Amino acid sequence: MIELPCPWCGPRGVSEFRYVGEGATRPDPATATPQEWRAYLYLHENARGWVRENWYHTAGCRRFFKLERETESNETRAAT
Amino acid sequence: MTADLARIGPLHQWGGLFATLPDSVQVLTEQFVAQVDLRLDPAGPAGADVAAYLGVALPEAPNTWVQGDTATVIWLGPDEWLVTSPFASPEALEAGLREAVGADGAVVDVSAQRTTLRLRGAHAADVLASGCAVDLHPSVFATGSAAQTTVGMAGIVLLALDDSASDYRLLVRSTFARYLASWLLDAAQEHS
Repeated sequence: MIELPCPWCGPRGVSEFRYVGEGATRPDPATATPQEWRAYLYLHENARGWVRENWYHTAGCRRFFKLERETESNETRAAT
Repeated sequence: MTADLARIGPLHQWGGLFATLPDSVQVLTEQFVAQVDLRLDPAGPAGADVAAYLGVALPEAPNTWVQGDTATVIWLGPDEWLVTSPFASPEALEAGLREAVGADGAVVDVSAQRTTLRLRGAHAADVLASGCAVDLHPSVFATGSAAQTTVGMAGIVLLALDDSASDYRLLVRSTFARYLASWLLDAAQEHS
């Protein structure tokens, strides 16, 4: 099982978490164009290598947090 | 006129099955406790008022619980705690905490959400470890440690009650209680 570093609870099994998406910056809904908003919602980098992601600790502290993951090896580390 | 209804737990008929377990893995249903979910900013003024009311400071270290005079306080998140007490009624505990918190936080009675199980015995940690990924070794999970995690498929709040990995309290959502009880009975088989 992959272990993820929750910044509050410490290392926990991945089954306690929910993936929330790539760590993109949310555009301001008041000023974003429909194209920008669509890109934020639906277009993803899907990069190889170290990526920044949002996760939610469903079965633990129920907090959202960012972490970094190597998409080839599934190594993880706390987001800096 | 309303009927007086006796309060029964979701596992009130499981005593006979638990009694068949060996001494090295004992499962007991614990008495009903009032449970209140508390949310506030620990750096704000309400933290001190709540600590004065409970007789113990809110634990700010993740994965810990502390025992006050009449209540147990369990860390659930950086701004969230579960306060349980076998002495106060849910209404009294909620009202008392709400008065202490004032307008600086939220206090919600969640007594009906979870029921409490006790797991004791020399093989208690072994039974849990067969379905719980948290490190239960007493060097890292001793008295005062708590974890919100899963056992099997059920989410639980796990409290360590001693330093020898042989005494735990499990708070489980009432609707998952029978699942967890079945799971524990099954996992205990190999130690009987």
